[in-house]
Amino acid sequence: MSLDATAAPTQPTLRIWEFLRGRTGHSKVTVNAARLLLGVVWLGSWELAARSIIDPFYYSMPSKIWDKLVTWFTEGTSQGSIWSNIAVTLEEAVLGFLIGTVAGIVLGVLLGRANFLAEVLSPFIKGANAIPRIVLASLFVIWFGLGMSSKVATAVVLVFFAVFFNAFQGAREVDKTLIDNARILGAGRWSLMRTIVLPSATSWILASMHVSFGFALIGAIVGEFTGADKGVGLLIAHSQGNFDAAGVYAGMVVITVIALLAEWLITRLERRLTSWRPPTTSAAAGA
Amino acid sequence: MTSATRLKSRSGAPDEQNAQNATCAGKDPFAHKGVAAVTGSPSVPAMTSPTSAAPPAGSSLGAGPAISLRDATKQFGTKSGKPFTAIHDVTLDVAAGEFVTVVGPTGCGKSTTLSLVSGLEPATLGTVTVAGTPVSGIPAGVGYMFQADAILPWKTVLDNVALGLRYRKVPAKQAHEQARDWIDRVGLTGFEDRYPHQLSGGMRKRVAMAQTLITEPSVLLMDEPFGALDVQTRELMQDELLRLWSGSGAAVVFVTHDLTEAIALADRVVVMTAGPATVKDIVAIDLPRPRKVEEIRLTEAFTELYRRVWDSLREEVEITRARGAGNVA
Repeated sequence: MSLDATAAPTQPTLRIWEFLRGRTGHSKVTVNAARLLLGVVWLGSWELAARSIIDPFYYSMPSKIWDKLVTWFTEGTSQGSIWSNIAVTLEEAVLGFLIGTVAGIVLGVLLGRANFLAEVLSPFIKGANAIPRIVLASLFVIWFGLGMSSKVATAVVLVFFAVFFNAFQGAREVDKTLIDNARILGAGRWSLMRTIVLPSATSWILASMHVSFGFALIGAIVGEFTGADKGVGLLIAHSQGNFDAAGVYAGMVVITVIALLAEWLITRLERRLTSWRPPTTSAAAGA
Repeated sequence: MTSATRLKSRSGAPDEQNAQNATCAGKDPFAHKGVAAVTGSPSVPAMTSPTSAAPPAGSSLGAGPAISLRDATKQFGTKSGKPFTAIHDVTLDVAAGEFVTVVGPTGCGKSTTLSLVSGLEPATLGTVTVAGTPVSGIPAGVGYMFQADAILPWKTVLDNVALGLRYRKVPAKQAHEQARDWIDRVGLTGFEDRYPHQLSGGMRKRVAMAQTLITEPSVLLMDEPFGALDVQTRELMQDELLRLWSGSGAAVVFVTHDLTEAIALADRVVVMTAGPATVKDIVAIDLPRPRKVEEIRLTEAFTELYRRVWDSLREEVEITRARGAGNVA
């Protein structure tokens, strides 16, 4: 009897869970509707709260941020057209990302295969990684001035270590049998790198690229905070100076959209480079 | 058994050479090397059994053995500082065109022998020569099939098979042409553009086989290549291997723990002792070629040889087992 009593109430709960997690629950329409609802609730409650309880001067509100974005894109910003500001920030981030990634891959893979050198350098690398590298942004402004190079340099240091450590690990964990096999088949040092080590490390490197573009953007923005004559970071810093909370949020929105676009591009690149993998693994990696 | 009968039984060996070997076996200056395929280890008595004294089978008169190990010893450093001896005083000759299988208890160091010959690991003591040249680095003309999958998962079947040629700077077009030919020979036509994960275990082994054989090795080292396959696929692959090897003139050293496989494939079966491994016994397999693996293992001669090899191996297996039990206790 008692068993029946406990079993009965769980039945409907189970059914709800099955419904939510089952085929209907996973249909695209339901998921997207839920997402939309979440967004509406979040923004709506913010908007309502700002109109009644909280002070929109400090916390702003979605409608004001939207107005700000519209103004930026139609009339331009205090620092000229929004597009030119985006272009500057994007250029800094992309340059920093490319230089940092290439340097990270090259040094990571080389050091990953050179055991002696890796052992000698390991405390230095660990030390360099432990430095709060974002502080270097101020140093780079002193070194390179207010122009683009100081922001690129900040982005490079942030990106480099993320990629470097993954490339290093990837190069160390190459299947020994694959290396032996390639050596027997006649691979020289360079062929071994190109055909075995680099492809093996690719999944590691790609994993780091997802985070590292975000780092590149952070580097560019923080660089612009420290001192710049153009860029989205400067727009945000300016808005902050004018107590314009909506401007800060608007800058955040712009950066977020850029980051999402970059993420989408990197995911596409990843799919292309890892098309050889069994679908289950690539699905797991994509998740 | 004479060298003549054994050589004649091997398909693909030119008759001319057979005749030469048959007539000159007694005068062959390298004859002692072939016979001396025994161990110097004091714990093992010298080989007196007539079957163990396999005749030399040099591919041409006056040429030394394709592979020659002389008192080869390999030690590995361990964390405790006391070196671990994997193989000890291994002396073995393999003639060109000869198929030698190596059996021994689990973990006795059979694979180490292969890595010494392949140049992947240097010998600690003793000498290892391939085609008369001491091994330092990877010798030319060596092929190696690994127990684990060694084909590149990010390359298609075609690119995997062509890999060895591409490493040897053969132009892409020519390499692919030859690769297609080899893919055909291992029966994988139509799968050129597949990636390894899209193939079955047996098919992956065929790719590995084509990948190794396309470089036309004169010394073929195989480390339990079919160990991971199911029995039917394994027998199929054994037949394929014999078919592809016959006439290639390659010296084969094939490590396995499967006695049936060892006897069905080999000209000679080398029995290793429990680790540190050394050559305990060498059994000549005078079964006629060409062989069909499924059929040959049912013959009486085969069972006789099986008993002969197993008698030799059993002791070593028992020693290994006793050690294992000791470790557990």
